[in-house]
Amino acid sequence: MKCDVKPIEVTWFPGCSMKTSAMENHESFKIFCEAIGIRLIELPDWNCCGSSSAHSIDQELAIDLVARNLALAPSGRPILTACPSCTLRFKEAHHHLMESSEARIRFRKQWGVPFDPAKKVMHFFELIDGMDISAFTPGKKPLAGLTYAPYYGCMLARPPKLRNQKNFHGLLEKILGTLGAKAVDWKGHNKCCGTFLSVARPEATTEVVNAIVQSGLDSGAECLITACAMCQLNLEIRCNLKDQIPVLHFSEILTLALGKGKNTDQWFKRHLVDPKPLLAAKGLI
Amino acid sequence: MEKIDPTFIREVAQISGTIPSRCYNCSACTSGCQFAHIMDKKPHEIIRLVQIGLKNEALAASGPWICVGCNTCSMECPNAIDIPAVMDAIRAMAIAKGEIPEKDIYNFHKEILGSIKRYGRTHKLEIMMRFKLVSRDFFSDMDLGVRMLSRRKLHILPSRIKGVRDVRNLFKKVG
Repeated sequence: MKCDVKPIEVTWFPGCSMKTSAMENHESFKIFCEAIGIRLIELPDWNCCGSSSAHSIDQELAIDLVARNLALAPSGRPILTACPSCTLRFKEAHHHLMESSEARIRFRKQWGVPFDPAKKVMHFFELIDGMDISAFTPGKKPLAGLTYAPYYGCMLARPPKLRNQKNFHGLLEKILGTLGAKAVDWKGHNKCCGTFLSVARPEATTEVVNAIVQSGLDSGAECLITACAMCQLNLEIRCNLKDQIPVLHFSEILTLALGKGKNTDQWFKRHLVDPKPLLAAKGLI
Repeated sequence: MEKIDPTFIREVAQISGTIPSRCYNCSACTSGCQFAHIMDKKPHEIIRLVQIGLKNEALAASGPWICVGCNTCSMECPNAIDIPAVMDAIRAMAIAKGEIPEKDIYNFHKEILGSIKRYGRTHKLEIMMRFKLVSRDFFSDMDLGVRMLSRRKLHILPSRIKGVRDVRNLFKKVG
């Protein structure tokens, strides 16, 4: 079957990590989306979601920072995120605005437009769940022979008030499995990477990150594949084990699987653990 | 011994929107926490302090500041208590009181927010440099900074949004 799909248009919220420290995540993500028929229209003049810091200091500010983005986004298409932290901040703010009439009044006053509940926030996984990515590589298993540890970090966790929403247990394994990759069973898949403690408590973060990477090594994984740009950064910069394995963004491996990698040297030189020997051995570059 | 403040739990419940009285102290939250071992008061102990009204002790604890809000604990909690929201509430109270037990973590958050206030987005290089100045820690991670710069993980210039004034207005209260 030929895979001509009518592109799905989404408002794209990249967030600060994907735009700067994890540009390779962004570049590969854009290529992958184009290849599977998702048209990303970047939200013009978007601002930072507030990350871990806004809600840590001022909960109202955390809602307001997301609210500006919600107000800017055009109606009629979903807002797509790929950073688990941005996703959670957006979903919490959306939920708060749904629940509180006061918050909606405040929203209207601040932005001059009413809150539109139809502007749903969607993580990329929500969009590709149910899609058959292997249909884009007919008759081939491009990732055959690759053994990896799927790493979700805190992405699978959520506060009790969002418990009824969709979650993504096993999604990486499912999608990469259809492309031929083999996931290991390991104990690190949903362990927090430490986020900002990487700066404020580097030693404690190293302890935690080393345990995650070591567990991947012990389980026989050749690389870690992360769902989050921040996790990827922490796993690389704070690991000081003698033996290390590459940490790849999910978007990099998906794009390589589809054979669409372009200027991949630009992606890999941003990695602290060089993934090129592994990827070359698997015939992916 | 510290005086018990019977209104503390109501205050926390109101700010956090969760019900700490549901906790029966099974400590599943602490068992799942990646960073409990570096907290002076661990998640289940913080909830207990809230329940028995030991406000000063809870506000002086490092636990709420070490907490990164990964939500592992609230997934574990059999009583669906939003533990990170309790941590948020306690931090807010400590800031209001003007006694912050973990100054460097507070400073880090302030640097992130300062960057958002200046540019509308975070500028990591500047955040790191300012954080180092504020915490008077000039030399650790120098090699890491150089490696990150050379791999273009840190950008020299910030990305500034057009609507930075809109964003600044949101900060009026926090300063």
